[in-house]
Amino acid sequence: MTKFSGLDYYEIDGLLTEEEVLVRNTVREFTEEQILPIIEKNYRIGTFPMDLIPKMADLGMFGSTLPAKYGCAEMNNVAYGLVMQELERGDSGIRSFASVQSALVMYPIYTFGSEKQKDYWLPKLASGESVGCFGLTEPDYGSNPGGMITTAQDKGDHYLLNGAKMWITNGTIADVAVVWAKLNGIVHGFLVEKGTQGFSAPEMIGKHSLRASVTSELIFQDVQIPKENIFPKTDGLKSPLMCLNQARYGIAWGAIGSAMATYNTALEYSKTRIQFGKPIASFQMTQEKLVFMVAEITKAQLLCLQLGRLKDKLTLRFPQVSLAKRNNVQMALEIARMAREILGANGILDEYPVMRHMANLESVKTYEGTHEMHTLIVGQDITGIQAFV
Amino acid sequence: MKCIVCVNHVPDTEAKIKVGADGKYIDKAGINHILNPYDEFATEAILQLKEKNGGETLAITLGGDSHKETLRKALAMGVDKAILLKDDSVRDSLSVAKALAEELKKHTPDFILFGKQSIDYYNEQIPGMVAEILGLPSVTAVVKLTVEDKKVICHREIEGGQEIVETTYPVVISAHKGLNEPRYPSLKGIMASKTKPITEIQPIAVAPVVETITMFKAQSKQAGKIVGTDAAAVPELVRLLHEEAKVI
Ligand SMILES: Cc1cc2nc3c(=O)[nH]c(=O)nc-3n(C[C@H](O)[C@H](O)[C@H](O)COP(=O)(O)OP(=O)(O)OC[C@H]3O[C@@H](n4cnc5c(N)ncnc54)[C@H](O)[C@@H]3O)c2cc1C
Ligand SMILES: Cc1cc2nc3c(=O)[nH]c(=O)nc-3n(C[C@H](O)[C@H](O)[C@H](O)COP(=O)(O)OP(=O)(O)OC[C@H]3O[C@@H](n4cnc5c(N)ncnc54)[C@H](O)[C@@H]3O)c2cc1C
Repeated sequence: MTKFSGLDYYEIDGLLTEEEVLVRNTVREFTEEQILPIIEKNYRIGTFPMDLIPKMADLGMFGSTLPAKYGCAEMNNVAYGLVMQELERGDSGIRSFASVQSALVMYPIYTFGSEKQKDYWLPKLASGESVGCFGLTEPDYGSNPGGMITTAQDKGDHYLLNGAKMWITNGTIADVAVVWAKLNGIVHGFLVEKGTQGFSAPEMIGKHSLRASVTSELIFQDVQIPKENIFPKTDGLKSPLMCLNQARYGIAWGAIGSAMATYNTALEYSKTRIQFGKPIASFQMTQEKLVFMVAEITKAQLLCLQLGRLKDKLTLRFPQVSLAKRNNVQMALEIARMAREILGANGILDEYPVMRHMANLESVKTYEGTHEMHTLIVGQDITGIQAFV
Repeated sequence: MKCIVCVNHVPDTEAKIKVGADGKYIDKAGINHILNPYDEFATEAILQLKEKNGGETLAITLGGDSHKETLRKALAMGVDKAILLKDDSVRDSLSVAKALAEELKKHTPDFILFGKQSIDYYNEQIPGMVAEILGLPSVTAVVKLTVEDKKVICHREIEGGQEIVETTYPVVISAHKGLNEPRYPSLKGIMASKTKPITEIQPIAVAPVVETITMFKAQSKQAGKIVGTDAAAVPELVRLLHEEAKVI
């Protein structure tokens, strides 16, 4: 297979700065050299490639939009999005790792944390010395996190945490968990360190999707949390939702990478696979699929670029992120399915990345707000009528 | 220690090359350009020299504005400063070498690194010419470089083996694959490169002494040869690979 050189049907590169292009190309090369050669094996045996963590940290991929004083790259949001895109061209699980570490752990510590929490954790998380996870979802509360039953009680010199979280990316390998729990009926964020008495994080098994990513339960039985481990600056349920908004932004970009991977595989395959004496790329039905792919990816690229520019201007509204996440993950999934069709029987083999991406995207479509929830968010935004309940 | 790398901006290895309308040069329009891969080894080498011995690093390129992209990459990898000898005109190797040497002289470098060759025109001439013009020792195709006091020990790739040579610096060295593992420009490095200076300088003009008459693409490969379809064909295949293709 020839080296991947991206898809830029509309000269969108011309809308990027020199630094943005360099960031994109660097991570593209990283994905080519460090992720693609190993990922199928990790996916097959169901493990996260732990030795990528220091390599990704060296490049500055964790918390890359945060200030340099914490050891971060201080990039803009478009450059951050391009990092997510290129990582997800490798695998959604690798992008998930970077998303969680950056948008769901470093971002809330930076935004809601005390100076002490920031100074202690951000450099460790940026350097990959520590791994973080984000615990919001519970077995009985997914789309409706406001119903959560995990609680914290004020015991004077500490908080006492009880409850359970489920579907938590990086849970088992995390040194610190950002945990959302109700204190006197209001959602608050707590930093729970690995090894704290009463806290365990068993890995969930049996996944058919995101197999190269660790997904865990977090169990809290009378866990004593030091008082200094509560986030001082949160504002109820809105705070974890702000985190999700950061992560969704990255997912909207990431989906483009996944789509580029499956499109590119299908394009190359169709030019060399001969049936009825001709390359299958010469059949109209195949061309129609390939054209659909290019059109959808190009639209998604422009959508994300403008989304990123709005985010950098600080005028971004959250339903705009929902629209992009919803659109881009759906288009990536459709493209993966079409690519599988173009590859015929070969499409089901792990010699090609297509089924892996397709299976991964089923999780991506659900996490960080399901496709349906994002529909309802945009629906409410444009009609003014809330349709959740 | 002052270390300089001379870098070139070349078509991406994956680019579909077209010969320009003049039939003499590569048509640069619409193709991706990158830091010449051999120059990445050279860039990594000067970064390592600085890390071990202190001092400063500089990257120089000769070409048009688009060459800044490649300088930016060298800066993002960690090089301190860059110079663009801004000139888009047609030059032969000697005129490039003379212009580079003229600039290099001003900086009194200890180490001047090049890639073994540019992957576009394959001339492999510039490092040697620059060394000659500057009156410096020149070591080419280096795969290992050690500096002990004033001594410079280089391992060179030669047919079927290696050669170890010793010289002193200032020296001109051309880097071969294997010299090191070039680092990725880190995201922090890329952000920091924004504030590093790229100085534009008008290089000296030198009339070319070698002129390109024409350039054309090789004809597409002939169809492959099927030697046989079972184990019996192996000896013949081995013989052909050895004697005709000369790959084993
Ligand atoms: C691999 C993986 C990793 C994850 N990582 C994390 C993590 O790190 N941290 C974390 O906190 N969570 C994580 N999650 C959890 C994820 O965010 C939830 O799965 C998601 O929010 C959906 O919740 P649920 O699975 O409970 O589905 P449910 O909420 O039970 O939804 C089931 C279906 O009902 C639909 N639905 C629900 N309510 C409505 C409604 N009002 N109107 C219309 N349709 C509705 C949904 O759209 C969905 O189709 C992860 C999930 C996966 C699969
Ligand atoms: C799990 C599995 C089990 C199988 N079991 C058996 C078995 O027991 N016995 C057996 O004989 N086979 C079996 N098959 C093979 C299966 O029947 C073939 O995969 C199928 O016929 C498609 O052929 P192909 O994979 O070579 O795809 P291709 O024929 O290469 O097709 C690739 C793509 O090109 C399209 N295409 C091809 N020609 C045209 C055209 N003229 N116009 C438009 N589009 C075109 C196809 O629709 C497809 O999208 C199995 C396949 C799988 C995946």
